[in-house]
Amino acid sequence: MAALWHSTFFLVMVLLAISRPSLASQAGNDDLQMGTEHRTNKGTVNGTENLITTLPIVTWNWQEIKFPYLVALWILVSWLCKLVFQLNPSLTSVIPESGLLICIGWVLGGIIYWADKVQTFKLQPFIFFFYLLPQIVLDAGYSMPNKLFFSNFGSILVYAVIGTCWNAATLGLALWGCCLGGAIGDIDIGLLQLLLFGSLIAAVDPVAVIAVFEEVHVNEVLYILVFGESLLNDGVTVVLFNVFNAFVSLGGAQINAVEIIKGIISFFVVALGGSLVGVIFALLISLLTRCTKNIQIIEPGFIFILGYLSYLTAEMLSLSAILSCTFCGVCCQKYINANMDKRSVSTLRYVMKVFANGSETIIFVFLGITAIDPSIWVWNTAFILLTLLFIFVFRFIGVFFLTWILNQYRLVPLEFIDQLMMGYGGLRGAVAYGLVVLLDENKYKEKNLMISTTLLVVYFTVMLQGITMKPLVTWLKVKRAAVTERTLAEIIQNRTFDHILVAIEDISGQIGHNYMRDKWNNFEERWLYWLLMTPSARKSCDHIFNIFHKLNLKDAMSYVKEGERRGSLAFVRNETKADVDFNKKFSGNFSAMMPYIMAENMGSDHVPVSSILWDSVHSVCLDMHEKDLKMRESEDFNAHHLLEQHLYRGKKQHRHRYSREYLEVNKDKNEVQEIFQRTMRSRLESFKSAKMGVNPPKKISYHLKKDQPQKMPNGKSTDNRKSHAYGKEDLEFSEGDSASGCEAAGGSFPMRAHRGAGIVNPAFNAEMDPMPAMQQILPWLAEAEVDSSAVVPSQRAQLTLPCTPSNLHRLAPLHLTTHSFLLADSPATQDTSEPPPPPVV
Amino acid sequence: MNNVPSIYIHYSLCIYSSCHYFNFFLKSSIFNCIVGKGPVISFEQIGILHKRFKQLSHNEDTLRRDDLNTIPDLSCNPIRTQIIEAFFDKRNFHQNGEGTVQEISFEEFLVVMSHFRPPALNMTEEQRESIRREKLRFLFNMHDTDNDGTITLEEYRHVVEELLSRSGALGKETAKGIADAAMLEVASISMGHMEPDEFYEGITFEHFLKILKDIEIETRMNIRFLNMDTTNLCK
Repeated sequence: MAALWHSTFFLVMVLLAISRPSLASQAGNDDLQMGTEHRTNKGTVNGTENLITTLPIVTWNWQEIKFPYLVALWILVSWLCKLVFQLNPSLTSVIPESGLLICIGWVLGGIIYWADKVQTFKLQPFIFFFYLLPQIVLDAGYSMPNKLFFSNFGSILVYAVIGTCWNAATLGLALWGCCLGGAIGDIDIGLLQLLLFGSLIAAVDPVAVIAVFEEVHVNEVLYILVFGESLLNDGVTVVLFNVFNAFVSLGGAQINAVEIIKGIISFFVVALGGSLVGVIFALLISLLTRCTKNIQIIEPGFIFILGYLSYLTAEMLSLSAILSCTFCGVCCQKYINANMDKRSVSTLRYVMKVFANGSETIIFVFLGITAIDPSIWVWNTAFILLTLLFIFVFRFIGVFFLTWILNQYRLVPLEFIDQLMMGYGGLRGAVAYGLVVLLDENKYKEKNLMISTTLLVVYFTVMLQGITMKPLVTWLKVKRAAVTERTLAEIIQNRTFDHILVAIEDISGQIGHNYMRDKWNNFEERWLYWLLMTPSARKSCDHIFNIFHKLNLKDAMSYVKEGERRGSLAFVRNETKADVDFNKKFSGNFSAMMPYIMAENMGSDHVPVSSILWDSVHSVCLDMHEKDLKMRESEDFNAHHLLEQHLYRGKKQHRHRYSREYLEVNKDKNEVQEIFQRTMRSRLESFKSAKMGVNPPKKISYHLKKDQPQKMPNGKSTDNRKSHAYGKEDLEFSEGDSASGCEAAGGSFPMRAHRGAGIVNPAFNAEMDPMPAMQQILPWLAEAEVDSSAVVPSQRAQLTLPCTPSNLHRLAPLHLTTHSFLLADSPATQDTSEPPPPPVV
Repeated sequence: MNNVPSIYIHYSLCIYSSCHYFNFFLKSSIFNCIVGKGPVISFEQIGILHKRFKQLSHNEDTLRRDDLNTIPDLSCNPIRTQIIEAFFDKRNFHQNGEGTVQEISFEEFLVVMSHFRPPALNMTEEQRESIRREKLRFLFNMHDTDNDGTITLEEYRHVVEELLSRSGALGKETAKGIADAAMLEVASISMGHMEPDEFYEGITFEHFLKILKDIEIETRMNIRFLNMDTTNLCK
């Protein structure tokens, strides 16, 4: 801990030592960046003019890289601050991180001021609005809980629009009243300027709100109300700011009813237009991600660039950029998450968080640094205190009043404590500061007073209210967010509710919220999915299925972990072993019920497997190398030949590991399905024959006879016999294999090939037609059917060994295709001395 | 009855004095059930519902299944049949009713509807709990079609299959898998550890309460009954 402090301090000192000489020379130049660029250009010009006399081996290029270097160092320093805080959880549990970052900013600012005698680093509005804010807004939109957001959309809008206007107007008017009454003293500020000041400071800041509210885990409705309000009212506040700024420029005399009406119209145009730009960009992004499958690496990049472009475009059209970026994120999230590859989605999420969190940190640190500058501080006790008081009081009044109105219409009324928290959660932040710095000093004589008041308001709300928020939440017993993981049953029930509510509204003839949502869902499913989603994504975007899939994966993972813990997982990759046991599990579990499967599933109960299984199937691919086989089985030419003929040949393309285009070796998409289909089909046939005495299809025998008449000495047995032999054979094999995981590898595979009279692993009969999807048999379904109602739950309940595959009933679709890992259970559950019970054949 | 503002009664007397149901309300226990405790369906809303009832039943006094089946908006609802069935289920009318009926009158229609009334602003814990139980009981009855007190796997599967039937991508078999998985979950939540040969018959009402304890049903399972007449807008 102490070491880290030291290192941070050291870093800061290094930074200062580097920056000092150059910065001191440009004292008085506020705009660091512009100045730096200017100087850099000069430097290079000078450099080319200076004729060199000899070849320098190394040169000191500080001037050229100074700007990017300083930026990088600042980012590093701010992030190190964050790191230091997070190492000390007892500190962050009391003071919210944003407050701590501001404190660190003060310290850093003090050091800089002490070194340079002038504040050379400031939060520039341009940097803030174009490089720091967009990613935060985009992230907020992208990770917005959409359903919650839109079901509370009305309330959020009311708070964001009416509430903000209320805050702005009352603050401006109240301050003006105090001015007139002489409470503030002699300042050169008019009503319009005060209204402008009110509008820029009225907005609750999303950055500050997220930073504080994420730590206290209030219930989700409260959170979405405060958070949604803070996001949307930034748009509102910028609009108000622009309108009032224009009014101030026009001067009080020129403002008449027409101008005011224009102002109101511009308000709606700017807000709605901004949102519309966002929606258009969301459509563009969604459409684009439909066809980025082949450039997976830069897929997530598109989202950032287009999101940023939506921000810039709105700004260019003088529409609300924040609203544009928010709605872009909100609207496209569903489609891009479905369209893009899973890895791209997680990359996107992660990088988005890195950007957002990173720039949030920078913003707070710089808010602190900015304050250490005597030139901006104009103290007017009355003005500052009155502003603080009015902000606090009017926020509460506004929230209570608006909630009272909303509660008349809300289905679930907001409780008093929630209202208190909403009022108290009105944190102001960097947006207000960015706006106030934008003001023109010539028009606003009291700009510095406004800046210092804004800074104080920000500090007051972020620090004091932030610190007291947590104790207050506990003390008032605000309903907290439920932390429990959603269960599948709950999610199903939730879906049921939705449908029930819609139905009841339909029956009772009400046009309510649920009715609208249902209509929208239908519209979305019919048109938007078709337009914006790839066909494959359309199939798997069902929420319930996703949860189900996730649970399956979790089960599988815990199963593998358990197996690895026991050290007996048979499919641990081993060069000398080829664990191909396609029939053991199958025969063990399903042979008894095969007839039922045949009877039932061949009939009406079919389903396109590929659609269900596409994501979950990880079929076993025998991508064996010829060479290995030869080395191991150099004598056994027959086996080799057989394998070569019948094994599935992997369709991988060679690709370098360091490829910039692709992350991993490309898998042929059809490979998995093809193997799956063959495996399924051949198994079916073998069991059909084994069980019912039906001859295996002509095809197999035909191939065998044709291909290996001479090579197979015992290939002469009749079809019927063969199939029976095959069944038994197979069982023997599996016993051997499972009993000794580390048996000399030579044994199993080829040996079996010999004795099996040529029907080695018919799964890989290369010439077999892939089955039509309709006919595919789904043994796990059959199993479920046979089990009927009683068996399944109890099996789940006997979850003593996560390692017994029969427990993993959620894994049903995986059973057959990943059976190689099911091998693990026999050595694990029974001692190797005891052979597994012979399955009923 | 006591906490209904008398002005309401007076007001509605003027409006509904012609409506012969009104006398019935005053007398019956149904009235208490609907209007009595806390959350209220106001008389205006009852009037609107009555209009809707008449519209659905084609001006008959009773409503049949077919009347509900023909509501166009309802046709794309995957669990339509079960919801309609709930309207004709005696268990949802009285405490100890059983079986189903062929047609329902307006009172029964209202009683079923009253399961969906919104909660009042200030409720005591007990009120909240009783409303919660009542709403969950309604849901439970919807799943438990044979009224044996448990939702068996068959019944549960049936619900899930119907629920997922609209999203065409998920086949019946996946639905079954999902139902099984959910049932396993319920079993593991409600029973804890089970012996291998033990046998989970189905979800009892107690288990049902337990698994849904995190869902705030009292704030979710309700409908805003408008004071406005929108029946003309609905098909």
